[in-house]
Amino acid sequence: MVNQLLFLYCAGVITAMGLLAVNFKNPVYSVLSVMVLFFHVAGLYLLLNAEFLAAIQIIVYAGAILVLYLFVLFLVSLRKEVKIERFIASHKISTLVSLALGGCLLAVIPSFKLGAKGQYPVARVEQLTHTKAMGLELYSNYILPFEIAGLILLIAVIGGLVLARNEKEVKE
Amino acid sequence: MIPLSWYMALAAILFSIGTYGFLVRRNIIIMFLCMELMLNAVNINLVAMSHYLDSLAGHNFVFFIITVAAAEAAIGLGLVIVLFRNKKTIYVDHINELKG
Repeated sequence: MVNQLLFLYCAGVITAMGLLAVNFKNPVYSVLSVMVLFFHVAGLYLLLNAEFLAAIQIIVYAGAILVLYLFVLFLVSLRKEVKIERFIASHKISTLVSLALGGCLLAVIPSFKLGAKGQYPVARVEQLTHTKAMGLELYSNYILPFEIAGLILLIAVIGGLVLARNEKEVKE
Repeated sequence: MIPLSWYMALAAILFSIGTYGFLVRRNIIIMFLCMELMLNAVNINLVAMSHYLDSLAGHNFVFFIITVAAAEAAIGLGLVIVLFRNKKTIYVDHINELKG
């Protein structure tokens, strides 16, 4: 019962904050409401016994990615933004398309059937602790994707450096 | 016990909100932000399903998705900065060089 109330609270806040983020005129308010949304997604992960992912969600998403967004927002012109139109000209069609997508996605949910159970029931994960269980799984079955993830991060670092470099200053 | 369908419904709603924002907003930074919303909707689905399937595969997928989202944010926002430096705009309907 308490869990259901918590879920409903998180779900309500997530939906409301998502809608607010899309509709706010000021992009800084959008980023801040997405931050609240990410905190509540972390709450959902806690409800699902995924403590490590909840911590990662707060540290990486709310802590790093959104701060990056805020920095870039302050680098580009913000003063003009609050005065001009925020939606593209054909936004009515887009609203219809996304409503239809949401309706389709909701309509197919009842036909979903769970597959075979895996090897990590909640009791075992709790006994191992979630971080250790995830580490065991990550370093035994997903070692190649893990290396590729490292490579992707390296590419992101190099790409970010190359893109943000000012060519004119380099020539001088 | 919360039914799995609640999580899936929430993920579907969040995904369509993300799609809506991506399609209607002019500001390219907010469009990237809406992409993060869509990624988060998928993450909720993966974590909920792997919880109900007694598996950790979904948790590991979420781990990788967060990695890729961080890389995507870094590169995407770098592109936005270059775009703003060269064209002095971050509105997608002002970027119409290829239009005939």
